Amino acid sequence: MTELELPPIDYAAIAPILIMLGAAVVGVLVEAFVPRRLRHPVQLPLALLAVLAALTMVVVNADKRVITIGVIAVDGPTLFLQGSILALSAVALLLLGERAVERGGAFVAQAAVTADSPEDRRQAESAGGAGEVYPLTTFAIAGMLIFVSANDLLTMFIALEVFSLPLYLLCALARRRRLLSQEAAMKYFLLGAYASAFFLFGLALIYGFTAGLGDRASGVDFATVNAAVANSTASPVLLFAGMALVAIGLLFKAAAAPFHVWTPDVYQGAPTPLTGFMAACTKVAAFGALLRVFHVAFEGARWDFTPVLGAVAVLTMVVGALFAVTQTDIKRLLAYSSIANAGYLLVGVLAPGSEGLSGTMFYLVAYGFTVLAAFAVVTLVRDADGEATHLSRWAGLGRRSPVYASVFTFILLAFAGIPLTSGFMSKVAVFAPALDGGQVWLVIAGVLTSMVLAFPYLRVVVLMWLSEPGDSTPTVAVPGAFTSAALVIGVLATLALGVVPAPLLDLASSAADFVR
Amino acid sequence: MDEILTYAQAAPAETVSYATADGLLSSVWLLVAIPLVSAAILLLLGRRADRWGHWLGVAAVGAAFLLGLSYFLGLRGLDNKSVQLSLWDFIAVGGLHVDFGLLFDPLSGVFVLLITGVGFLIHLYAVEYMAHDAGRRRFFAYFNLFIAAMLLLVLGNNYVMLYFGWEGVGLASYLLISFWYTKPAAATAGKKAFLMNRVGDAGLAIAIFIMFATLGTTQYDEVFNGVSALAGGTVLVLGLLLLLGATGKSGQFPLQAWLPDAMEGPTPVSALIHAATMVTAGVYLIARSNIIFSANSTLQLVVVSVGALTLLVGAIIGCAKDDIKRVLAWSTVSQIGYMFLGVGLGGAAYALAIVHLLAHGFFKANMFLGAGSVMHGMKDQVDIRRFGGLSKYMKITWLTFGAGWLAIIGMFPFSGYFSKEPIIAAAFEREGWTAWLFGGAAVLGAALTAFYMTRLFVLTFHGPKRWTEDIEHPHESPPLMTIPLILLGIGSIGAGWLLATSVPDWLTATAGLTSTEGHHDAVLPHWAIVVLSLGVTVIGALLGWYLFRNGTATEPQPAGVLVTAARKNLYTDTVNEAVFEKPGIFLTRALVYLDNRGIDGLINGLAAGVGGGSGRLRRLQTGFVRSYATSILTGALLVVAAFLAVQAGWLA
Repeated sequence: MTELELPPIDYAAIAPILIMLGAAVVGVLVEAFVPRRLRHPVQLPLALLAVLAALTMVVVNADKRVITIGVIAVDGPTLFLQGSILALSAVALLLLGERAVERGGAFVAQAAVTADSPEDRRQAESAGGAGEVYPLTTFAIAGMLIFVSANDLLTMFIALEVFSLPLYLLCALARRRRLLSQEAAMKYFLLGAYASAFFLFGLALIYGFTAGLGDRASGVDFATVNAAVANSTASPVLLFAGMALVAIGLLFKAAAAPFHVWTPDVYQGAPTPLTGFMAACTKVAAFGALLRVFHVAFEGARWDFTPVLGAVAVLTMVVGALFAVTQTDIKRLLAYSSIANAGYLLVGVLAPGSEGLSGTMFYLVAYGFTVLAAFAVVTLVRDADGEATHLSRWAGLGRRSPVYASVFTFILLAFAGIPLTSGFMSKVAVFAPALDGGQVWLVIAGVLTSMVLAFPYLRVVVLMWLSEPGDSTPTVAVPGAFTSAALVIGVLATLALGVVPAPLLDLASSAADFVR
Repeated sequence: MDEILTYAQAAPAETVSYATADGLLSSVWLLVAIPLVSAAILLLLGRRADRWGHWLGVAAVGAAFLLGLSYFLGLRGLDNKSVQLSLWDFIAVGGLHVDFGLLFDPLSGVFVLLITGVGFLIHLYAVEYMAHDAGRRRFFAYFNLFIAAMLLLVLGNNYVMLYFGWEGVGLASYLLISFWYTKPAAATAGKKAFLMNRVGDAGLAIAIFIMFATLGTTQYDEVFNGVSALAGGTVLVLGLLLLLGATGKSGQFPLQAWLPDAMEGPTPVSALIHAATMVTAGVYLIARSNIIFSANSTLQLVVVSVGALTLLVGAIIGCAKDDIKRVLAWSTVSQIGYMFLGVGLGGAAYALAIVHLLAHGFFKANMFLGAGSVMHGMKDQVDIRRFGGLSKYMKITWLTFGAGWLAIIGMFPFSGYFSKEPIIAAAFEREGWTAWLFGGAAVLGAALTAFYMTRLFVLTFHGPKRWTEDIEHPHESPPLMTIPLILLGIGSIGAGWLLATSVPDWLTATAGLTSTEGHHDAVLPHWAIVVLSLGVTVIGALLGWYLFRNGTATEPQPAGVLVTAARKNLYTDTVNEAVFEKPGIFLTRALVYLDNRGIDGLINGLAAGVGGGSGRLRRLQTGFVRSYATSILTGALLVVAAFLAVQAGWLA
């Protein structure tokens, strides 16, 4: 029996991933051994510390450009995206850990209790929240970190599952409207598994395609795929079918039309802090993977995939904008807005060269902070039954709570892309390289749908400020320290990236180079 | 650009250049900064500054005057007496470079002294005049703002800086006319002034655009050096647009109607802004741009015509008005007409116009403040039919106002004689019949001026008392008001002679103000003109005294065609209404209709389409996992098919 030879491991390069995985494991142990009432005070700092430690390691690694163990690429985009995921996660964790707004937090204590039973109502009113939320979130973050650094389709698939499974579970844990929450989790899980199957099938086809390389072993690492795109003698049907299926798996996570159908239901049903986490971090992860796959592995087929993905992008923008117009629930409205934003991000992915790459990365960070702030406000507008998400209930909010209405107005203006907000700068950052790259049609579609999309946003603004508050207009809960912090960070980032975007844009440009 | 530079080098005699400011003169920016900072302090501190704010305002202008005086003296030792100071790049976009720079030369120097000197006296006066007004601090803040903007206007070294100050004084003027904004008449007058100024300002702005488009610069020296290379038509258009700006700001025909209404503001405002300084900005603009105006004789003819027409219009309307401040306002319109006449005549007359401007600043401010003093003693009565016999009660006001009266009618040896008579003489120096036309207009204007000013003076201070019942003993104003009056009164007596003998020499150092043209002989000998102008003045004054020595009726009397027309401002307001207002309103209505029915209809239709489509599409989102999976599958099949189609070359 021959000695198994392990590849050399650059531990520093994968330290962020290891830290998050380690923290998740410790979190599970805490859940098992620490007394119930101490779990929350231990878990939240643990998760936050782990995120900060991982973020520190990302900063320490700033100049690293290696591929370690053959499957993890640590390069500019990886570090930038990992840093973004960690920074956004930290803010999301603050929202997840908030227990002052609702007793016991937004998550249910015991998920297995039958929904809407008397016992369930009792636990919604009084019981503390589940501590498992933190290790699950930490696992998801670790999965995302791997996802954006995976240099191989198989690793990417595993990472996809690592971050998806905790999210499916977390979706089901809403304290209020449990049926809706469980339904959302179920749909998310079924459709997520369905999409994973597409990805895996595509992976197999690509593997088959690389077999056509005469001089090197077949495989699904990106260098091999890249070489195969140029030189493989295998049937190109394998390549294009495989590329399409892999793309579908990723576009599902990115919530691009027509693979977006789960988004509104899941965003609405999931606990709001988690919705914020998904809207911010899952977007970063999904687009990070899309960038790497299409800029590294399939680079040689750019002329072939651009029109197809461009059509998907236009469809995504149109669907997101059109559907947003008639939404009556604020969370569904934000879901469709997130879909439309996926379309704009795709424009950046398709823009050739490093400007498109850096623009997309800037967009992800800017959008992430804004959307987290938006969902933070949603968690605060509530009545006796929890959050009041129906838009009719937001009428006249400006009279009741001018501060929060102003903040939300600012956030909506940022979504609409008004100058002096990050929304404007990020749209410029993705549209400009697309224009330079000659993809005028994508930019025209982007601008037109932005105009349509401005309507639902401004409708909410009008509703908040120009309507008389009715009897059913809820009050805004006084936020706890965590939600306040998250909200302040989100709003400040939205303003700062709109007024002085240069530092982050420069950082993104300097990071915009994949190691191959 | 190259061509222009080459041209400028080829004709060095014509080149305008300014030295760089150093030493004391390098702090010339303080002139603008001091009143500006003072205004900011007064506005920002709010009520906390109510108790001492007015003194800060006075001190700021006083400091600016002392500084201005020392810069002025510092200028004497220099060769070309012109220094410019570039502070920073104001606008640098593409080919457009605008310097935030200041120019201190003899022309801007005399303006600085007028603005800060007369301004200081009027500020001092206003401390007392506004003492009982709750908004006194705000008043002084706006007043300081005006001084800062006006100084910027005359100190800028390019047209954009001038425009900056131009808009600044417009703003301050608007704020101060409608200072008592709760009074509908004041608010309306402010709006009227603002809108009519806008017409002129648009002309100035377009002129600046033309400079940039044709010369590539707005710096004075570069524009003046380049203008001789421009086509005649361009110069004509450029000059006419500058003239439009000047007529707007200076209340000249056809944009004169706002100035009399501007008297709704507090009297010190009328004295400073609408008599002594701001309204002369148009004269400054033309004098500063004299190289442009001298380059085209048609342009000069237009300026002269505007001046002559306005001086007659102002004088005729002034004869028929009964409001003391409005009579003075129309006389301002008329006197600025003389200045336009002067700058339009060109050559040596530029300097004469500036001299008249400075002298006018003194005696007109004097009379406005005198009018304010009268109103102060007469419970804010402004109707001269309800005055009379005030000379016994207000000795100082009477004497100083008398000095101003004799000055404005041009009586020897008062100020106006030395400043106005040379302009009349210059008007007779044109060639051919235009000499008779413009000279005649100037003489006729002098006669009318003598008549209506005498009417004003006699009705106010002499003759029987026609006071309203509530007044028993009109009182003289307190010293803080009379001291500025006395100083300005002395100026009304002596300034004319002093200025007429020194300023023209001094101004020769300013670019282009040197007369290089051939001198025409006047159509009349000079002694004849002097006799003529003094003669008509005496006749006009005697007529005024004879008709009004016994007072007048206290109610309007039926009058003939001419007087009725004059009372109605010679129907200029009616013409404005018919020619601009009515079609404007009609056009607005038509555009609103087009906007509502056409553009909005299209937009609303689109919006309805989007909304309807969205509502219908929304039904696709059924909530069933099976239909979601189907949609994903369909999408997946389409994407795979598309990729394969691309591969097969169908989409290529």
